[in-house]
Amino acid sequence: MSERIGITVTVNGTRYEREVEPRLLLVQLIREELRLTGTHIGCDTSYCGACTILLDGEPVKSCTMLAVQADGGEVLTVEGLEKDGKLHPLQEAFSEHHGLQCGYCTPGMLMSAYYLLEQNPDPSNAEIRKGIQGNLCRCTGYKNIFAAISDAAAKMQTGS
Amino acid sequence: MSWVGKSLRRKEDDRLVRGNGLFADDEQIEGMLHLYILRSPYAHARIRGIDTAAAESLAGVACVLTGADIKEQCDPYMQLGPEPCDKIIDLPLATDKVVFQGEPVAAVAAETAALAMDAGQLIEVDYEMLDAVVDPEQALEDKIVLHEAAGTNRVWHSVFEYGDVDKAFEDAAHVVKIERMHFHRFASTPVENNACVAEWTRQGDVDFLCNNSFIGFAVQLLAPGLRLPMEKIRARTYDIGGSFGVKIWNYVYMALAALASRKCDGRKVKWSETRTEHLLASGHGNERTFLDTEVALDKDGVITGIRSRHIDDCGAYTRYEPLGCVIWAQVLPATYGVRNFRIDFTQTVTNKCPVVPNRGYSRMQHLWFMERVVDICAHELGIPADEMRLKNYVREFPYETPNGCVYDSGDYPMMLEKAKELIGWDEWKKKQAEARKEGRWLGIGIGTTLDSGTNNFGQAQIMNPYLPFSGNSEVCVIRLDFDGSVIVTLGTGPSGQGHETATSQVVADELNIDPAMVTVRTGFDSAWNTFSGHSGTYASQFAVTGLSAVHGACQKLKVEMRQLASFMLEADEDDLEFGVGDEGPQLAVKGTDKAINYWFMSNVVNNNNALLGGNLADVTLNVRHVYRPPFEAPDTEKKFGNLTLTYAAQLHIAVIEIDKNTCRPNILAYAAVDDCGSVINPQIAAGQVHGATAHGIGAALLETFNYDETGNLLTATFSDYCPITSMNIPDIQYGHIESPSPFSYNGAKGMGEGGGAPLHTISAAIQDALHSEGIIVNESHHSAPKVFERVNAPNREKVVSVESR
Repeated sequence: MSERIGITVTVNGTRYEREVEPRLLLVQLIREELRLTGTHIGCDTSYCGACTILLDGEPVKSCTMLAVQADGGEVLTVEGLEKDGKLHPLQEAFSEHHGLQCGYCTPGMLMSAYYLLEQNPDPSNAEIRKGIQGNLCRCTGYKNIFAAISDAAAKMQTGS
Repeated sequence: MSWVGKSLRRKEDDRLVRGNGLFADDEQIEGMLHLYILRSPYAHARIRGIDTAAAESLAGVACVLTGADIKEQCDPYMQLGPEPCDKIIDLPLATDKVVFQGEPVAAVAAETAALAMDAGQLIEVDYEMLDAVVDPEQALEDKIVLHEAAGTNRVWHSVFEYGDVDKAFEDAAHVVKIERMHFHRFASTPVENNACVAEWTRQGDVDFLCNNSFIGFAVQLLAPGLRLPMEKIRARTYDIGGSFGVKIWNYVYMALAALASRKCDGRKVKWSETRTEHLLASGHGNERTFLDTEVALDKDGVITGIRSRHIDDCGAYTRYEPLGCVIWAQVLPATYGVRNFRIDFTQTVTNKCPVVPNRGYSRMQHLWFMERVVDICAHELGIPADEMRLKNYVREFPYETPNGCVYDSGDYPMMLEKAKELIGWDEWKKKQAEARKEGRWLGIGIGTTLDSGTNNFGQAQIMNPYLPFSGNSEVCVIRLDFDGSVIVTLGTGPSGQGHETATSQVVADELNIDPAMVTVRTGFDSAWNTFSGHSGTYASQFAVTGLSAVHGACQKLKVEMRQLASFMLEADEDDLEFGVGDEGPQLAVKGTDKAINYWFMSNVVNNNNALLGGNLADVTLNVRHVYRPPFEAPDTEKKFGNLTLTYAAQLHIAVIEIDKNTCRPNILAYAAVDDCGSVINPQIAAGQVHGATAHGIGAALLETFNYDETGNLLTATFSDYCPITSMNIPDIQYGHIESPSPFSYNGAKGMGEGGGAPLHTISAAIQDALHSEGIIVNESHHSAPKVFERVNAPNREKVVSVESR
């Protein structure tokens, strides 16, 4: 397992060069090499979505992708959502609507919701459900997550 | 201005929405080793030998642990039950025999997690496969015995008898017999798996950063297991990614990380479970079978007596069990006024994953049983389901149950009314009549349930009279800090329940400050937080035990503040009043401008104490309060006594249509009404209800641990287990009423577990949809294949009989 491959990945705007084992998962690169532990691991079959990040603008379950496959890519994680000390409207809305309890699924949930609103700034309830279907939450029963995403969408549209 | 009762935005969220939480697996330390646990592929097998040579010689492997190390360094974990439970040898690794699939047999610590796993694959275990027993009734035949030293699989048996049962049956106008009912096996499966980082220092101290949710209890079991005095173990948590009771006994395996650290000269070792490991071996909910149930009713449909035989399946080890054999009795008559009972209760071990006290623990199973009894009787006697409940509900409070429990307050008819209103009952009844004309299977079901909170640990003595447990307690330490802010530590180990926020609300009200001035220490640290043996987050109790401790600590702090202010202001204590002045919160002399603010008081005590008078030697502005609910030890012979302090209630209604082609039950409407007494933070309370509802709906329709006859778990990934997602949660209409508890200072009742209401409700709705098809709903799981089986083999003739006189 001594073989290592050089990769370059930009995460939340910072460029990183690393020599990694070919079998290293993207989520392990993010959590262990780059120490961005906001991205979590909850299963090993791509069901729970706790590890969801954006790679080149597309949502990816980072436990199901090798770090070497992300070579040259741009990654956005939950740590990259806050801008200039200001929370993203989704982060605000999740807190305001109690869309999180233990907070373990929250980073992945936020990234899926972020992508959803980029694609569809005014989603219906059914579209919100579909948008986060790959993200499991065991605490909230989803109700307040739906409300948070809907409210964030409204606020982002009016710019408030 | 009152903060209690408001939906204050949670303090916890600031770190969690940024991804700045600290979950156990987030801990990363230079030079840390990683632990891989090798697990048995068999449910029942003898270990003839283990060859670890290849694993040990792999570069990067620091140490390998096998049963031999464990025998040398550990004592079996205490089992709470009496004989034969105490003969069960429960160790962090199997030594001679494995008794469930996924049981650890060896562990490897290596430089990386991947290397540890590689090495684990090189370990050769020589197994002699044995026949497994997964069916509880077969297990009780003892043809296959799991624990040879115990000599039997039957780990507990007793009869709970109250009132005059036989007379109730003699006088009955109707007797309904239900041959068999079964409550299936599932668990809440938090999204975060079990994890810890352990260090066994050269000084012989053991430190854990972990996600155990009941540390006050865990260290009491871990210490003797590791042959250490309790104070040698420090266990800490920060953020916990959900527990639902499942993380109460991960201490069993935390020990392996500590032992690996010891073997590697004190290097830190991280253990982080995979999802499949979690589903195989971290802990399931209790599975229960109800046999030969007989229900006596009067001519009006009022239930007068119940006799039944219950078999609980606790999986391969007892551990916390057979507590579940008693815990259900907290809700013996459920929400109904039945006075005569005879419940013959047995628990057995089987070759399946051991059970844990999972959300709704043991009461949920019994409440489902009671709800099925009421609902089946209603359908069999042709009494509308809502009328049947109204005929039988307890109405006067406080209400003493036949076994001496005291239901504090409530109004079940009002909850039913409210739930009907939310769902649009009359409208659905009309639609149902139309649907039935068209031959569609549409059912409306009611589930009434209880969430009993704040245990009397004395009930453990009903299970095992030699256990030194009774009462309950929780601890709070509060300190007025140098800057006049307030620092609070709790004995609890929250996993998403918002204790930092709710505590801040209570302290803010008591001390007249903004919640922003209250810092509640995150997580739990056995070296930092003072705690009692009851301390922890479990059994729906924080709003009562936790907040009573906080409230009590505030009162003690205020007494000291008054004493201090009285001296400093040269005024009588009675003339002082708390308020807010130009320099913030203060104590002032009524009707004057003489005042002393909080930071000045703290400064006098901590920095400027030459100003203090001699009679203030005991004033530290740093006080500890232990809340103890007023419990007495129960009568263990009669199994009589008050087992729980508060009784929150839930009433759910579901409308379900079963697709006649696919047999898939579809929820068309769902209402959930909650009564947890006075509410501290409405948003948090509602969030708990939503979450418990999702768990129950998931369990009823999707989630089940299916084993084959050899003890293979067939649902060992999330993709097979299918936890409920955003696509299958219905729109939940939420409502609540408030019946303040007379037994808590704040009128609150413990809540959060939710009593498994959706399981009762969905079973009732499916019963309503399929009764005309000759079907009795006597199982709790209703996936499409299950419903398909049911409609293709109507069971009413076999399962139910009614004798009317």
